[in-house]
Amino acid sequence: MARILTVTSGKGGVGKTTLTANLSVALAMRDQRVVAIDADIGLRNLDVVMGLENRIVYDLVDVIEGRCRLRQALIRDKRLAELYLLPAAQTRDKNAVNPEQMVELCEELRPSFDFILLDSPAGIEQGFRNAIQPADEVIIVTTPEMSAVRDADRIIGLIEAAEKNKMSLVINRIRPDMVRREDMLGINDVLEVLAIDLLGVVPEDEKVIVSTNRGHPLSMVDHSLAGKAFNNIAARVMGEDVPVLSLEKENVLTRIKRFFTS
Amino acid sequence: MNLIRKVFRPKEDSSRQVAKERLQLVLIHDRAQISPGLLQIIKDEIIDVISRYVEIEREGVEISFTQNRNESRLQADIPLVSGRRRQRAAQ
Repeated sequence: MARILTVTSGKGGVGKTTLTANLSVALAMRDQRVVAIDADIGLRNLDVVMGLENRIVYDLVDVIEGRCRLRQALIRDKRLAELYLLPAAQTRDKNAVNPEQMVELCEELRPSFDFILLDSPAGIEQGFRNAIQPADEVIIVTTPEMSAVRDADRIIGLIEAAEKNKMSLVINRIRPDMVRREDMLGINDVLEVLAIDLLGVVPEDEKVIVSTNRGHPLSMVDHSLAGKAFNNIAARVMGEDVPVLSLEKENVLTRIKRFFTS
Repeated sequence: MNLIRKVFRPKEDSSRQVAKERLQLVLIHDRAQISPGLLQIIKDEIIDVISRYVEIEREGVEISFTQNRNESRLQADIPLVSGRRRQRAAQ
């Protein structure tokens, strides 16, 4: 029976879709049966990030409105054994489905998979509620910037109000060099403020853009910082104890060095 | 002495530090749904009400709002003009 994980953030553009795509791939690479659902109706992107945009025939709304069977809408990623995508509709909006329908859909999928990942849209409206309602666990994505952390705090409040208390945080696009220069909030700064469990930290990595350009999620190739981070997150999701790469190694020696070079 | 202090003290005016403080402050207000402006209004009205009954030192009044995940507190710290000082002033 599948665990249902919703990836959300509040703020747009922090990396939900990238995380959903890469986490789905990383889990599938560990022999899990995974289905990724794009809940961003009207602004779909999970298909593009996964490189499956040419294979879409039916979508989430077609299934819910009964125009096709669920199996017909699932796109199998041929690169991996058991990875499927259920794309969003592009021509409707978030009000086309309601949270109860999403729950029903996920329950129908639950027996056939190990993981169901829902890519939530940005915001706090219907789209967010649609994505949250079916969740067993919620992954909140933020970047180390004030606006993203503020929005993450708001979204955590809403998730708690919805009584989804299994939450964890992914801090995305961190730049260790900027943290060391004291020009970016660090991991502990963000954790102090948001006070939820840390699932993982993903460094800023140009290769993410390249991977989206090609439609090849980065976790398929391990030799990049971000790819490694995504794979570590998948390992932790599966219960393995993988230490978070320490990106903040400020100590007396580095401070002395900074003093002399500033 | 100053040299050593400069080496061991973290950059206090770094943008990271500023961001952290601003963020903590803005979240206090977001979570309580009390805007910073509202807090000032509450402060002024508390001062007015208490002033009707006892003499207070307006400049020393501190009204703060603190919050963690479990509880939120509005705290008012109001110094009263002490009896003895009043007597001395009257002399």
